[in-house]
Amino acid sequence: MAAEAELFSSGEQPSASGLALSVRDLSVEFPTEDGTVRAVRDISFDLHAGEVLAVVGESGSGKSVSSLALMGLLPKTAKITGSVKFGDAELIGMPEKQLRKVRGNGIAMIFQDPMTSLNPVYTVGWQLAEAYQAHHKVNRKQAWTRVLEVLETVGIPQPDRRAKQYPFEFSGGMRQRVMIAMAVINDPTIIIADEPTTALDVTVQAQVLDTLRQLRDETSAAIILITHDLGVVTGIADRVQVMYAGTMVETGTVHTVFTRARMPYTVGLLSSIPRADTVGTRLTPIKGAPPSLIKMPPGCPFSPRCPLTRADCQSAEPGLVTVDEIDHRARCWHWDEVAAADPRLLFAAAAATDIDDVLPDPEVDPELVIE
Amino acid sequence: MARYVLRRLLVSVVLLLVASFVCFLLVQALGDPIAEWAAGQRQRNPNGADAAIAAAYQRAGLDTPLLTRYWTWLTGFVTGDWGTTVNPGQTPQEVQPKIMHSLWITIRLVLTAELLAIALGAVVGVISAVKRYSWFDYVLTAFTFLMFALPLFCIAVLLKIGGIQFNNVLQANGMDRWLVTAGYPPGGFTGSFGNQVYQYIGVYLLPTLCLMAISFALYSRYERASMLDVLGADYIRTAHAKGISSKRVIWKHAFRNALIPLVTVGSLSIGSAFAGAIITETVFGWQGMGYILVQNVNRKEPYMILAFMMVTAVFIILFNLIADIAYTLLDPRIRLD
Amino acid sequence: MTDTIRAKVTPPTTDREFTVEARSRGRVVFSRFARNRTALIGSITLIILVLFAFLGGLFWHAGINPDYKSFEPPSAQHPFGTDQLGRDMLALIIKGTQFSLLIAIVVALMVTVIGVTLGAIAGYVGGAVDSLINRLVELMLILPAIVIVGVMAIRFEGSWIMVAVFLGLTTWMTLTRVIRGMVLSLREKEFVEAAKALGASTMRIIFKHIVPNCADVIIVSATLLIAQAVLFEAALSFIGLGVRPPDTSLGLLINETQSYLPTANAWLFWITLLFIVLISLSVNFMGDGLRDALDPRANRVRA
Repeated sequence: MAAEAELFSSGEQPSASGLALSVRDLSVEFPTEDGTVRAVRDISFDLHAGEVLAVVGESGSGKSVSSLALMGLLPKTAKITGSVKFGDAELIGMPEKQLRKVRGNGIAMIFQDPMTSLNPVYTVGWQLAEAYQAHHKVNRKQAWTRVLEVLETVGIPQPDRRAKQYPFEFSGGMRQRVMIAMAVINDPTIIIADEPTTALDVTVQAQVLDTLRQLRDETSAAIILITHDLGVVTGIADRVQVMYAGTMVETGTVHTVFTRARMPYTVGLLSSIPRADTVGTRLTPIKGAPPSLIKMPPGCPFSPRCPLTRADCQSAEPGLVTVDEIDHRARCWHWDEVAAADPRLLFAAAAATDIDDVLPDPEVDPELVIE
Repeated sequence: MARYVLRRLLVSVVLLLVASFVCFLLVQALGDPIAEWAAGQRQRNPNGADAAIAAAYQRAGLDTPLLTRYWTWLTGFVTGDWGTTVNPGQTPQEVQPKIMHSLWITIRLVLTAELLAIALGAVVGVISAVKRYSWFDYVLTAFTFLMFALPLFCIAVLLKIGGIQFNNVLQANGMDRWLVTAGYPPGGFTGSFGNQVYQYIGVYLLPTLCLMAISFALYSRYERASMLDVLGADYIRTAHAKGISSKRVIWKHAFRNALIPLVTVGSLSIGSAFAGAIITETVFGWQGMGYILVQNVNRKEPYMILAFMMVTAVFIILFNLIADIAYTLLDPRIRLD
Repeated sequence: MTDTIRAKVTPPTTDREFTVEARSRGRVVFSRFARNRTALIGSITLIILVLFAFLGGLFWHAGINPDYKSFEPPSAQHPFGTDQLGRDMLALIIKGTQFSLLIAIVVALMVTVIGVTLGAIAGYVGGAVDSLINRLVELMLILPAIVIVGVMAIRFEGSWIMVAVFLGLTTWMTLTRVIRGMVLSLREKEFVEAAKALGASTMRIIFKHIVPNCADVIIVSATLLIAQAVLFEAALSFIGLGVRPPDTSLGLLINETQSYLPTANAWLFWITLLFIVLISLSVNFMGDGLRDALDPRANRVRA
C-alpha cells in the first residue's frame, strides 16, 4: 500500500523496467438497443517513460474509448476487460477511491474541445487550483503560486491577470493551453492528449503542438497522443499505433510505419494525404466506410475495403504479427505482398474504376465559365 | 449593476403605465357596476330615481369620459388614493387598506411556498438526476406526474380533509385542534412568541403545502432535466479527470450550472403562484387576495379590481428583477450592461 | 505507367459491409413511443375519453335535463346517479368532458399558433421587432391571467368559447420565449445560410425551414398545454370565474358539486374530479412519452 501511495505522487518512475504503462488484451463493450457495441477489442501495448506514442485512426476506431477506459471515465454501463498496469498497480477494476488518486495526478488527460471542456462559471485560476489541491495538501496561496507557475510554462501571457478571468474570456488556443496546464500541474507520469488540436485553427494548432513538444523535452512524462491527423504524428511522436474497427492493426516507430507500412489500411491512410509531389492529381481515398461495431464481418474487418483481400482474409481475423523488424507489428495475412506493392498504386486502381463517371463530358458545352 | 437596476426600473414603470391602461380598459369591459342598482331604483322610485342615480355615478367618478376617468384614477393611484368601492347599496370602503391587509396575508403564503418549492425542488431534482432510474427517481417521477395531473383545488380539498382528520385524532387524544382548515384568524396571532409561531404554523401549514406541491413538482422536474444535461457536458468529464470526488463534481461543478435555467423557470411562474394562492385561499376560506378578487369581480367594483391588478403587477416585476440579478450572480457570462 | 503491382487487386465489394439497417426517424420515434408503456396507456385512455365525450351522447339514453328524482344513488338506470336538480350525472359528465376537451383544444391551438409565430419572428428577425415582442411578453406576464379571463368570462356570461379564447390569449408567453430561444440558436446554422443563398424570403425561411426543426418542442408543448388548459379552466370555474350555464364543463360541475362534499352525496364531486384527473394524467403521460421518444439524447442503456 505504501508503494502504491508513492506511486501516485508526481513524476516518479513507476517501474524498474521504465514502463509507464502496460496494457494487455484491453476490451470495451457497450450494451445498446441494437446490440452489443464492441468498441475496443483486445488491445495490447507498452508505453515507456518519456516516449510519445501516437494513436491514429478514424472516428469510431476505438482510440478515444480505450484511453477513457484506462482512466475509468466511461459510463458505468461499459464492460471493460483485460489488464492495464500503471507501474505495479492494476487499473482495471481498481476501486473508485484509489482510481481518483491516479486521475489528474499519475495520469492526466487533455480533451478535444477546449470550448466546452472548462466550467463556464468558475475562473480559470480557480479550476487549476482545484486540480492541484485535489492531490496536494496545500493552502490557497501555495496552490495559486503553482497555478501561476504552470500558466507561464504553457505560455499564457500575464498569468496573474489571466488566472482571475473566466473561460469565455479566452480564445480557443489559449483555452487548450489552459487544459494542458491543468494536465501538467501535478507532474503526471502519463499525459493522454485526445485530439488536442482537432478543434483548433491550423496556426493555433502549431502553437499547441509546440507546447506539447516543449513538455516532451522538459518533463519525463510519457505522452499518448490520439489524433486522426498524420501530419501531427510526424512532428512529435516516437512511436505510432494505427487503430481500425476497435483494434490495433499496425504499430512501430514512426519512421518504420510511415516508410514501410505493412498493413493495407495504413498504406491507404498514408496515400490519402495530399503531398507536394501529387499536386494536380486526384487524391486516392479508401472507398467504403468502417464496419459496424455491432455486427462485424467475419475475418479481417478491413477486408471489404481492402484491394488485396483474399478468401482467407474473409474467414479469419489475422493476429498482430512481427513484420520486418522487432517492434514493428501488423495485422495482415499478406503483409509480404503489401511490402512488395507500390503504395501509391495500391488504392489508386480501385479508386480509378469510376473516375470516368465523374469527369465532365467534353462534347457538352459548360453552363458556366469563369475566367 | 446599479445602472442595470435603474434601467430596469425605468422600463418597468413604462410597462406598468401601459398595463394600467390595459387593466382600465378591461375593467370597462366588465360593464357598469351601478346599472343593476340603478334599474332597481327606477323600478321602485320611477320619479325621483334619476337624481339619486346621477349622484351615485358622480360619487363613483363614473360620469366622465373614459380618458378623463383614467387620468383621474391614475393620478390618484400614484399618490396613494386608490379610490373606494362604488356599489351604492353599501357604504363605500377605502380600497387601499382592504387590499393591503389581504396582500399581507397572501404574500407570506406565496413567498414561503415559492422559496421552499425552489430549494427543495432543486435538491431533490439533483439527487433524482444523479441517481437516475433508482427507486428515489421513480417515486419522485410518480409524485410529479400526480401533481401535474391533479388540479390545485383538488390538492387543496384533499389536504383540507386530511387536516380535519388529523385534528380529529388530536382531539380524540385530548389535545387541541391545531391545523386551521377554515378561515384566517381575523385578529391575527396572539400570545407569546412561541405561541404565535405555533398558531402561525397551524394556519399556514396546509395552504403552504398545497401551494408548494405543484411548484415543487415543476422545479424538481426541471432541475432533474437541467442536471442531466449538465452532467453530460464536457467540463464535467474534465472535472472527473482531475481526480476530484464525485460529490464535489455534483455540488460544486454541476449544480451551479444546472441552477441557471431553474431561475428562469422560477421567475416565470411567480404569476401562476399568485393564481394558485387565490385558489388555495378559496378552499381554505381565507379572506386574502383571492377572496377580494372573486368578490369584487362579481360586484364589478372597478377600483378594487384595478388596485388588485396593479399590486400583483408590481410584485411580479419585483420578483423578475430579483431573478435577473440572481441569474447574473450565478452565471458570469451574463453581463448586466 | 507500368503496373508494378504483382499482387492481384480486387475492387472493394461493398456488399460485404455488415451494417445495422438504418431506420427512418419516424419509425424510430414511433417504436420508442410504443415501447413506453405509460405513454401507451395514456394514449389509449385519452382516445377512450375522447370517444366517450363526443360519441357517448349518441348511445346514452338520458339527457341533461332535470327529468329525474334528485340524489338517486348509482344504479343501472343512472350509473353515476343524479344530482340535486335530478339530472343524470353520466349525461352531465359526458357533456362536461366534451366542453372541457373543446376548450382545451382551442386553447392549445391558439397558444401554439401565437407562441410559435411570435417566438419565431422575434428570434429570427431580431432588432426592434424582437424588442417589441419581448415587451409585449413582459406586459402580458405582469397582468394576472386569472383576472383577465375571469373578467372576460363574466362579461360574456360564461360562454365556453370566450373562456377558451381568453385563456389562449393569456398563456402563450412561455412558449414564445422557448421558441425564440430555439430560433436564436437555429438561426446561425448553415442550412439557414443555404436557404438565404437560394433566395428564400424571410417568411419562408422562418416557417418552412426553422420552425419544422422546433417541431419536437412544439408537439410536446401543445400536448402538455391541453392538460394545463383543462386544469386551469377547472380551477377558474371552481372559483366561479369561468364557464357558466347554459354552457357547461367539468370545472363548472366541480363547482356545482363541491357543496355536496360534507354530505353523503360527495361521490358526485369525486366522480367529476376523477374524470378531470384521468384526462390530465393521460395527456401528461402521452406528452411525456412523446418527449422521450423525440429526444435523441434520452438513451436508456440496459444497465
